Amino acid sequence: MSLAELICPAGTPAALRTAVDAGADAVYCGFQDATNARNFPGLNFTPDELADAVVYAHAKGTKVLLALNTYPPAGKVDLWRQAADTGARLGVDAFIVADMGVADYIAQTHPQVRLHLSVQAAASSPEAIRYYCERFGVKRVVLPRILTIPEIKQVRKDIPCEIETFIFGNHGLMVEGRCSLTNYLTGQSTNMDGVCSPASDVEYKRDADGTMSSQLAGFTIDCFGPDEKAGYPTICKGRYTAPHRPDAYYAFEEPVSLNLSRLLPELIDAGVHAFKIEGRQRSKSYVRGVVTAFRHAVDDIRAGRPADMANLVALTEGQKQTQGAFETKKWR
Amino acid sequence: MTAFSRLSCVMIQPLLTRVVRRIAARHPSLFARLGPHQATDFLIDPIELPFALHLRPDPDALVFRAVPRDAAPEPGALIRGKFMLLLELMDAEEDGDAAFFSRDLEISGDTEAVVRLRNALDDVDGSIADETAAMFGAPGRAILARLRRNYPTQETGAFAP
Repeated sequence: MSLAELICPAGTPAALRTAVDAGADAVYCGFQDATNARNFPGLNFTPDELADAVVYAHAKGTKVLLALNTYPPAGKVDLWRQAADTGARLGVDAFIVADMGVADYIAQTHPQVRLHLSVQAAASSPEAIRYYCERFGVKRVVLPRILTIPEIKQVRKDIPCEIETFIFGNHGLMVEGRCSLTNYLTGQSTNMDGVCSPASDVEYKRDADGTMSSQLAGFTIDCFGPDEKAGYPTICKGRYTAPHRPDAYYAFEEPVSLNLSRLLPELIDAGVHAFKIEGRQRSKSYVRGVVTAFRHAVDDIRAGRPADMANLVALTEGQKQTQGAFETKKWR
Repeated sequence: MTAFSRLSCVMIQPLLTRVVRRIAARHPSLFARLGPHQATDFLIDPIELPFALHLRPDPDALVFRAVPRDAAPEPGALIRGKFMLLLELMDAEEDGDAAFFSRDLEISGDTEAVVRLRNALDDVDGSIADETAAMFGAPGRAILARLRRNYPTQETGAFAP
C-alpha cells in the first residue's frame, strides 16, 4: 500500500499552522511574487514568515513544499533563482517546479532538495515524466487531472518516481500550465505572473432584482440569477452565447470542484503516493475542514474502516462536485 | 436617516473605536497584507443591524465607525451579509469563497481590496470576536455568547462548531 501522504494548501502562515495542526503530512506554499501560481493580493509568505513556518512544521513532523511552479519570462530568471536559493537556505523539503530552466537550476545548485514536478508542467505520459526524472532528478510528479484511475495505475508502472494526484478543490484543468485565457483579457499571465483572473480586474455587479454579473477587465463572463449558486470569476468557468447557442452556456468548463473522497481506496491501490488538496487561496476555515476530513478518511482507509466524507460539498465551487476524468473521460 | 439608526451609531461608536485600536495594536501584521488598500474605504453592511460599518484600515489614521446606511460614504468596496456570517468570516470560522458561492455574501466595488482584507484577517491567529468580547470582561463575553445564540449560523458552515 502507498503511504497516501496528505499534501495541504497554505496561503498564509496561519493557514499553514492550521493545516499542520489538522494533520497534514506536508504543506505547500509560495512567496509573495510571481514565482508561484497563486500570486494573489494579500496572500503567501515573506522569507521571514516562511522561516518561521518551516520551524513550526518540522517541529510537528510536517514537510514544507515550496511552489516555484510558474514559468519565468525569457531571460528573466533571477526572481525564480533567488526564490530557490531562499527556500533551500530556509530548509524546505521540496520544490514544486514546472519550468525546465528552474528545474535545472535547482538540480545543479541545490541537489540536496527534492524536486516535485508541478501539475503546471502538464506531464501525463510516461515518456514525458521519465524525461524530467532522468534530466533533473524529479522525485514526484503531480499528475494533470485528465487520467482515469486505470491509466494512473499503468503510468505508475512505467515511471521511476512517486505520483501525487489532486483529490479535492478547484477543477479548472484546461491544458494545465498552458492556459492563456486570462492573458487575452487582462494582459497578465496565469503561467508567468502566477495569477488567473487578477482580483484587480474582477468586478461584481448586482441588479435590483438580485441578479449578479461577474466581469473581468470589463467583459461580462457570467450572470447569476438571484438564487443561483456562483463560481469563481474565471473565463474558463463563464457562460457565453454563440451563434449556434443563443442561450448562455458553459463553453469551456463548469463551476464545479473535484472531490475524490469516494475514490481514495482505488487511488491508493493504483499506487498514488500522495493526495493533494487544492486551495491556497481559501480560508483557514476551508483548510481546517477539508484537511481534517481527509485526514480522518485516509487514516480510516489505512485501518480498514469505512471513511465518512459528508459535508464537503458546501466548500465546493458552485456547491457542485465531480470526480472528473478519474471516474470517466466523459464527465461533461 | 431614522432616529433609531442615528442613536444606535452614537451608542456603539465608543466601543468600535476602542475595539479597532486594540486589534490594530495586537495584530500589526494585518496592515502589511492590506498593502495599498490601507487607504480604501470599506463599507461592511450587516443586513439585520440598523447601521453599516465604515472601515478605513490606515494604521496612522484608523477609521471604524457605525454609519446610518443613507449617510454612508461612497465605499471603495462593499461587503454585505448577515451579521453572524460577517463575524465568523472575520474570525475565519467561515470560508469566504463558500459564502460567496452560496450567495450569502455579497461584495462589490474594488475586488482586490476585499481579497486583501479577507487574507489579512485570515492570517490572524485566534478569534478577534473573542478578543473583543474579552476587552469588556464577563459582560462582553455574555453579549457575544448571546449574539451567537440569537443569530443563526449560516448553512454554508459545514464545519462550523
